[in-house]
Amino acid sequence: MVPASSYLVLAAVLFVLGAIGVLIRRNTLVMLMSVELMLAAANLTLVTYSRVLGKLDGQVFALLVMAVAAAEVAVGLAVIVSLVRHRDTTDMDEIDSC
Amino acid sequence: MLNYVWLIPLFPLLGALTNASVGRWLGRRFVAAIACLAVGASLVTASLVFAAMLGFPAMTADGDNGRQWTIHIFTWIATGDLKVEARILLDQVSILMTLVVTSVSALVHVYSAAYMHGDEYYKRYFTWLNLFVFMMLVLVLSDSFLTMYIGWEGVGVCSYLLIGYWFERDAAADAAKKAFLVNRVGDFGFLLAILLIFSKVGSLAFQDVFPAAGALAPAAATAISLLLFLGATAKSAQIPLYIWLPQAMEGPTPVSALIHAATMVTAGVYMVVRCYALFERSGSALQWVAWIGVLTALLGATMAIVEKDLKRILAYSTISQLGYMFLGIGVGTYTMGLFQLTTHAFYKALFFLCAGSVMHALGGETDLFRMGGLRRKLPWTFATCLVAVLSISGVPLFAGFFSKDEIMHLAFVEGNLALGLLALLTAGLSGFYAFRLFFVAFYGKPQTADHGRRTTDRRPWRKDQRTSSIIHRPSSIPSIHESPWLMLVSMIILAAISVASGYVGLPKVLGLGNAIDEFLHPSFAGSARSSLGEGAAWTQWAVIGVSLVETALAITLAWWLYIRNWGMAERWSHSARWLYDLVVHKYYVDRAYDEVIVVPLRRVAEALSSVVEIRGIGGAVNGLGRLAGLAGEALQRIQTGRVRHYALALLAGVVAILLYVVLRSVLG
Repeated sequence: MVPASSYLVLAAVLFVLGAIGVLIRRNTLVMLMSVELMLAAANLTLVTYSRVLGKLDGQVFALLVMAVAAAEVAVGLAVIVSLVRHRDTTDMDEIDSC
Repeated sequence: MLNYVWLIPLFPLLGALTNASVGRWLGRRFVAAIACLAVGASLVTASLVFAAMLGFPAMTADGDNGRQWTIHIFTWIATGDLKVEARILLDQVSILMTLVVTSVSALVHVYSAAYMHGDEYYKRYFTWLNLFVFMMLVLVLSDSFLTMYIGWEGVGVCSYLLIGYWFERDAAADAAKKAFLVNRVGDFGFLLAILLIFSKVGSLAFQDVFPAAGALAPAAATAISLLLFLGATAKSAQIPLYIWLPQAMEGPTPVSALIHAATMVTAGVYMVVRCYALFERSGSALQWVAWIGVLTALLGATMAIVEKDLKRILAYSTISQLGYMFLGIGVGTYTMGLFQLTTHAFYKALFFLCAGSVMHALGGETDLFRMGGLRRKLPWTFATCLVAVLSISGVPLFAGFFSKDEIMHLAFVEGNLALGLLALLTAGLSGFYAFRLFFVAFYGKPQTADHGRRTTDRRPWRKDQRTSSIIHRPSSIPSIHESPWLMLVSMIILAAISVASGYVGLPKVLGLGNAIDEFLHPSFAGSARSSLGEGAAWTQWAVIGVSLVETALAITLAWWLYIRNWGMAERWSHSARWLYDLVVHKYYVDRAYDEVIVVPLRRVAEALSSVVEIRGIGGAVNGLGRLAGLAGEALQRIQTGRVRHYALALLAGVVAILLYVVLRSVLG
């Protein structure tokens, strides 16, 4: 049995990776993916604690987050597609400076 | 009738309010008529009150003053312990002052209606003049120091407004400012005295203060009296605060006649007389009053001798005559001080009105040595002016003779030899300067043609000439004409009154009874000083004799210098250069004030404005603005507009909060 702490550490690593991705990458698509990574890390934490505490609240919440994340990705991708059509770039700084 | 006393000050107030509010739609004749009627109504009421007063016995059965009433008008302030009533104190002194003020005012108002004809701000002039009369009546009728102070400040403001009436001219604006500022010094003294009285006695009403004066410590009484007297020296133009009066002549001449000769400048005299109980308690304060008075009389007379400006001669003469009044009070003869005040009010107002008439004829000329030979052209002015000159010189049968000789006599009896001799000397000088003015203006060859004219009393200047008081016009005066009948009528009535006013105070030595002394005497029943007529008859005869000889000599000298040997005076002035310079520069008093007070004050003000104002206060305000700007610039760097910077900040915040929570749980 893998101890709960390992899940938590993995979740932390995933979250930090996601945060770094949002901060340092310029590609909008990659940034959106990094945000998804952070959400996944959060979900992992929720599920881990659900198991540890023996309650289902965390798992329910994780499902909810997944639904919201899916919706968010749909909107985010739509925005990115529209941006590419207008600006012909996915570079965040270029979009920002215009 | 006595219950209607409050109408006396009410009429001029209503006149002023009417003219101030609706005067602009009324037209000039109406404005003047309202102003004159308002003051006339006051005069009639005052006369009726006076007549009613005479119906009461002078002394009550208990030996108190039977002609003294306090008439309640309204309660002004009522808070807790403090209760301030607006009341009128009606007694012999205040009714005398009221009669003098209203009668001179009425005549000056009528005179002004003609004199100010064609002036741009006709309405404003009469509004202020009426307001002045109101304030003056408040001053003389009030029964407490507080209401008196209101009148005191009110006449000061009106004086300021009327001196600076032709404010487009720099000289007039400056003169008004000077008068106001110098008076502030005195007002400050008066205010301090009032506060001191309140702290010592606990009340400001005359009926409480004066009976309590005897219980005051002499030192406290001296402090109060000298502070009161400081106020009087400013208002009544005595040493050391007389310097504003000569410059105040920049105002219109009727204003000079009313405010700066007959009424306002006598307010100080009235105030000191009113507070005689305090001055007597102090003792030494009365000696100060006498000495300041006699020295001012001498100083003013000497300066009047060398002055060349018609109106300023009269101003110095006023200073000198006011000095006589203070001398009279200082030696304890309050009734004669007031007698001198009364006669002087009439003959000096007359003198000013004559001067105004001369200036009217000459288009505003005030330089005495550009007149000459006016006797034939202005016969009425000549005749009335002669009355004024004879009165002021103390020629027998004229008013000045009766009032001044009595004061000089008592200066010997009650004062000392030095006071008496200085007063006698000044009497001779008065005769000289009065006749010098008279001879130079009305006799000799006309000096009026082909001169640039000063425009002290008219407004022919244009915008570009405002700073210069001399306008050169090629044409000579078209025709010197006698003044309009309204002016002449007021002058003639005033001349008649000034002659008559002398006969209410005949010297005791003639054995005819001194009416004014008998009338006023009950007001000073509490006085410790001896009353009139003590001292041997021979001193009075001697004083009369010496002053007569002196006046005769002075008149002869004036005739000899200014008619017989024209130009002689100038040669004399050259041969005694230093003396002449000293006097003609007014003993360098103005310059001393300039050097000691005005210039350092201006330096301090300049330093304050250039360093403290600009660097200090301005710097602080600008610095605050700049600080906000700098802070904005610094903070602006955070607002990059880059999403990732904001994201980083967000993350950092979350991490910080987490750290805090974790550390707190770890460290307990």
